[in-house]
Amino acid sequence: MNQIEKNQVKAKCYNYFTLIVLIIIALLFLFPFYWIITGSFKTQPNKIPPEWFPKTWTMMHWQKLFKQPAWTWFFNSVFMSIMSMILVLGASSMAGYVLAKKAFTGRKIIFSILVMAMALPKQVILVPLVRMMNALSLYNTLWAVILGTVGWPFGTFLMKQFSEGIPTELLEAAKIDGSGEVKTFTQIVCPMLKPAFGALAIFTFINTWNDYFLQLVMLTSRNNLSISLGIATLQAELSTDYGLIMAGATLGAVPIVTIFIMFQKYFTNGIALGAVKG
Amino acid sequence: MAKQKMQTMGVSHAIQRQIDRVSYLFLLPMAVFFVCFVLAPMVIGIFTSFFNYRMGVFDFNFGKNYLQLFTDKVFWRSMRNTIVIVIVSVPLVTIFSLWVASALNEKSMGTTSFFRGVFYLPVVMGTVPVVVVWKWIFNSYYGILNYILKALNLMPQNMRFDWLGEKSTAIWCILTILFTTSIGQPIVLYIAALGNVDKSITEAAEVDGASKLRTFWQVKWPSIMPTTLYIVVITTINSFQCFALIQLLTSGGPSYSTSTVMYYLYEQAFTYYNYGYANAMGVILAIVIAAFSALQFKSMKTE
Repeated sequence: MNQIEKNQVKAKCYNYFTLIVLIIIALLFLFPFYWIITGSFKTQPNKIPPEWFPKTWTMMHWQKLFKQPAWTWFFNSVFMSIMSMILVLGASSMAGYVLAKKAFTGRKIIFSILVMAMALPKQVILVPLVRMMNALSLYNTLWAVILGTVGWPFGTFLMKQFSEGIPTELLEAAKIDGSGEVKTFTQIVCPMLKPAFGALAIFTFINTWNDYFLQLVMLTSRNNLSISLGIATLQAELSTDYGLIMAGATLGAVPIVTIFIMFQKYFTNGIALGAVKG
Repeated sequence: MAKQKMQTMGVSHAIQRQIDRVSYLFLLPMAVFFVCFVLAPMVIGIFTSFFNYRMGVFDFNFGKNYLQLFTDKVFWRSMRNTIVIVIVSVPLVTIFSLWVASALNEKSMGTTSFFRGVFYLPVVMGTVPVVVVWKWIFNSYYGILNYILKALNLMPQNMRFDWLGEKSTAIWCILTILFTTSIGQPIVLYIAALGNVDKSITEAAEVDGASKLRTFWQVKWPSIMPTTLYIVVITTINSFQCFALIQLLTSGGPSYSTSTVMYYLYEQAFTYYNYGYANAMGVILAIVIAAFSALQFKSMKTE
């Protein structure tokens, strides 16, 4: 055997080895998801030895869950995620477009301030933010979470990167044709930013849904909780009622995972692009 | 020539004003959000860190909060735990995600996106549902970890080991869960970066008889260096801010052995209402994070 053949055999063995290891690790990563879903239907989810698959299915835990304000928590999460998404998409597409395409005075300074803010650890400003929301009488409302999300400049970056790909000639041609700035933006720029909108929408939605810390410090009364906070509260109050907690966790996790699977392509492209160019 | 230049400058002056007006109008919504909900709290945070600021009290105290931090044993304990978390998790996350991404690099598109989705699952599911399962895994009565160890005869049958309640093991439990919720994004980034490496160069190296390992180190590694730098920096920042796992699993205990700076900050602000003290801690944490990131940038840029 010459060197190249030897290398090929080695590579093949290595490939099988990695595939097996990957599958084992993947099962460990899938396990929590599998466990909360099946656990929510088991009569006794904390039995030892564990019941790997529900023997008899029961809706008992789900009925108990909906005696709690679980739907309210769920729709609170939906509302916060959608509102943050809309505000982030609107504000950052407009800002990103002019940062990429307009040579206005002070562009460089504004851009570098945003770059520096990106490196700022987000949670460090939470305490003052809570005091501020308190002063604005927004504390313990869903808007406190929404507004705490929309100020971060990541979306503006992403939109700036994408906007740079729009041909300048196209914008100039539109101007010569007498198209106003707003019309150019809505009818030429926005359609070209579609993939960016997709990536940023899904990214913002998932991040807002899962921003446990921000929700924890902003929301207190029982009917204003998010689904994550609701599950955490149930776990603190009824720590041994595993079935109820698993049902809550399923209600929190399954919809967001479904959305992720549906839009996975947009999502992964978005993160990769934001990082590689930004 | 000079006259023409003057003219264009004169014209562009009016146009420039027009461009500025339009641009600032477009920037306005983002600017309002940014100034009100990022910049202002940041400035207020730094400012109030110099005050004795509690419920109903607001007195300038000349940096006494910072002095107090230096003698606060719990703060140092939390800082030490935080740094342990960073030092353990950053290299592990980076190396493991690089290994997964390079193993997937040669697989088909479908396989790649399947595994990418699986490794991202704990991030997407959210911390709370993930913690629900792990809390059960580590439970001393019903937990599967004790069950498996007993089934394998690695633990006495009558023992009920409380993984999250023992000083020696609690932080390792946290690190394990942190690991599963941290590798999603690095894997996505590495897969994208490895996909961008010029195929013709790697193939040429392999035809010349270079081993896979050698091709990797000499061709791929240098070209994914910027991605590595980015991953190291974001993983560091995220590990420094480790909070949710602590709050949900151990509340910093037993006796602050799993407390992090972020958790102690939360406790000071929202349990004891020491806002000024908490803000001083936030400022120190931000400075430490900035120093770490700068260090990483410097050491990796020169390589």
